[in-house]
Amino acid sequence: MAILHSAPRYAPFDGVKDTLATALGDLVIEAKEEHGEIVLLVVRERIQDVLRTLRDEHEYQQLMEIAGADYPQRLDRFEVVYCLLSLTRNHRLIVKVRTDEATPVPTATTLWPVAGWLEREVYDMYGVLFAGNPDLRRILTDYGFQGHPFRKDFPLTGYVELRYSEEDQRVVYEPVRLAQDLRQFDFMSPWEGADYVLPGDEKAAQAAAPAPVATPKDTPTPAHTGAGAAANKEATKPSGDKA
Amino acid sequence: MSFSLEQSPTTGDEVITNYTINFGPQHPAAHGVLRMVMELDGEIIERIDPHVGLLHRGTEKLIEHKTYLQALPYFDRLDYCSPLAMEHSYVLAVEKLLNIAVPLRAQYLRVLFAELTRICNHMLNIGSHVMDVGAMTPNLWLFEIREDCLTFFERASGARMHSAWFRPGGVHQDVPLKLLTDMADWLDTRLPQLFDDAMSLVVDNRIFKQRNVDIAVVSKDDAVRWGFSGPMIRGSGIPWDIRKAQPYDVYDRMEFDIPVGTRGDCYDRMMVRVEEVRQSARIMKQCLAQMPEGPVHSDDRKVMPPKRAEMKSSMESLIHHFKLYTEGFHVPAGEVYVATESPKGEFGVYLVSDGTNKPYRCKIRPTAFSHLQAMDFMSKGHMLPDATAILGAIDVVFGECDR
Repeated sequence: MAILHSAPRYAPFDGVKDTLATALGDLVIEAKEEHGEIVLLVVRERIQDVLRTLRDEHEYQQLMEIAGADYPQRLDRFEVVYCLLSLTRNHRLIVKVRTDEATPVPTATTLWPVAGWLEREVYDMYGVLFAGNPDLRRILTDYGFQGHPFRKDFPLTGYVELRYSEEDQRVVYEPVRLAQDLRQFDFMSPWEGADYVLPGDEKAAQAAAPAPVATPKDTPTPAHTGAGAAANKEATKPSGDKA
Repeated sequence: MSFSLEQSPTTGDEVITNYTINFGPQHPAAHGVLRMVMELDGEIIERIDPHVGLLHRGTEKLIEHKTYLQALPYFDRLDYCSPLAMEHSYVLAVEKLLNIAVPLRAQYLRVLFAELTRICNHMLNIGSHVMDVGAMTPNLWLFEIREDCLTFFERASGARMHSAWFRPGGVHQDVPLKLLTDMADWLDTRLPQLFDDAMSLVVDNRIFKQRNVDIAVVSKDDAVRWGFSGPMIRGSGIPWDIRKAQPYDVYDRMEFDIPVGTRGDCYDRMMVRVEEVRQSARIMKQCLAQMPEGPVHSDDRKVMPPKRAEMKSSMESLIHHFKLYTEGFHVPAGEVYVATESPKGEFGVYLVSDGTNKPYRCKIRPTAFSHLQAMDFMSKGHMLPDATAILGAIDVVFGECDR
C-alpha cells in the first residue's frame, strides 16, 4: 500500500524484520510488519535476552517507552510493549510480551536504568509484576491507592473520591457518589456492533433465532410464493374510463 | 531556665546523620507539583526521590472512552506550555493508522505553528530557568514574546492555549493572510529584538554561568541509557533531532541546523534551547515563504467534515457531518508508535486501534518522565541550590509528566 500519510519517516525497513526474526530464533513467537511498524512478540521469560541482543548486536540503543495494554478476553491478558529506538540506524521497533496478573515479567532495569520508572508505571496502572525491579512502588496514583486503574474492568469514575473536610480539618476519602449518571454515549451504528437494545426492540433479543433450514426456500411457481391470486387489473383503471 | 549547651554539638567525634527534606510539592522552583524527597549531607545532595503523579488525571483512560476527535483536546492539556506540539504527535498517529494524505498547505501550517509553539515553550522555559537561578528581568522580557505567540495562536484557532487546531487530516481552519504577514513582520522585528535583548543579559552573565556551567554533567552514554531526548540529549553532544532524522510533515523541505552542547551541563542544555529559538524562527520564515495556496484539510469526508455551505445544499454532506460529530470516524485496527520532536524532547503516542470509533489504548510517552527519573543521578554530589538549576534545565511540565 502506498504511503499517503506524513507521519515520521524512518530509514527503510527492507528485510529488517526477517533479519531480527532470524537472529532471535525461537525467542520470537510472532513477527509482523503493519502500518509501517515492526512488531515482535517474544517469549516472556527471555525478554532480557531479546532486549540485550537488540541493544548490543542490532544497535537499538535507546528504550523510549514501556507501555501496558489490557486485553481481558485473553488468557494472558496484559501486554507489555517496549518501544526501542536506534539512533544509528534510524529505526524504531516494538517488542511485546504477554503476561497475566500473577506471572512476573523479567525486569529491563539491568539493561537500561530508564526502565525503572517505566516499569513502575505499568505496575501501577495494570498490576503487572516485574521480577528484579528494585523499586517497584506505585508512581502516578495517590499514596495508598488500591487497584490498578487502567485495567479495562476498572470503572472510569473510580471507587473513591476525596474532599477537604472542614470538620476533620483534613482530606477525607469517600465512596464515589455521582450527582448524575456518567453518560456514555455510544454512537456506533447498530449494524456495526453496538451492543445496546434499541427502544421498542426489547423482544428481538429474547426471541430465539429461527432454526437454520436444510433446503433453501425457492418459488418455482406463483402458487409457491404465497401471494394469493392475481389482483383484479380492472380495479386499477381510473373510474372515468368505465363511464 | 538553663543553658546546658556548653559546647558546639559538632566538636569532635559525633557523626552527623544525613537528613531528609521535602522539596515541594508547593515550591515555586518545582515547576508545578513536584515533590522531591531529598537526602542531604549538610548542603550536599546524597539522594533524590522525586514523587510524581500529583497531577495525574487519567488522560489515557479518558481517551479510551472518547472518539478519536473528542480525544484531541486532551493533548492540549498535557504539556500546557506547548499544546500544538502535543497535538502533532496524536494527529500523525491517527493519520498513520488511517493512511490518509494531508494537503501541502496544512502540512506547512502545522510545521509553522509547531515551531511557533517551540518558541513559545522555550520562552517560558528559558525565562523560568533564569529566574530559578536568580535573575528576574529576562523572564519578564521573554514573557512579552510569549504573549505575542499566544496572540498568534488565538488569531488562528480562537484559543490562546488550548487550541485543538490540528486535526487528523489537516488543521481545523485556514488562517487569514494578515496573520501570516504579521507573523513575518514579527519574526523580522520584534522577536530578534526582544530575544537578543533578553539573552544579552543572560548568556555571558557571570552569576548565571557560575550557577550552570559544570552542573549536572551528563555523558553521551548516560544520555542514551536514561532515555534522554530533545535538548537534553543534544546538550550532551548527540546530534539527534527527530525533525531531521525522521522528518514528518514538511520538515524534510526545511533547512535548519541542530545545535549540540559540548560539555553536557545545564548551561549547554540552556544554550541549545536558545539556539533552537533562532532555528525555529528560520524554519518559520521558510514556511511563510514556501507555503502554497490550497485546502487545509483532507477532502476525505469520512474523516474531515464538509464545508458549512456544502451542508446547506447536499444531503450527503449533512449526513457526513452528523455522523462525524456523533459516531466519529473509524480507524483501521492496528498499532503504531509515533513520536515527534516536541520542544521538550521526544513526545510519543502509542496508539492501539481495534477498528471502532474509539482508541483501544492510547499510551502517551511524556518527555519529562524519563528526564525526571535521571534527576537522582544528575543531582548526586551537587549542592541543594543546584537542584533548581538542574530542574530548570530539564524543562519539566507536570501536565505532561503525570498525564
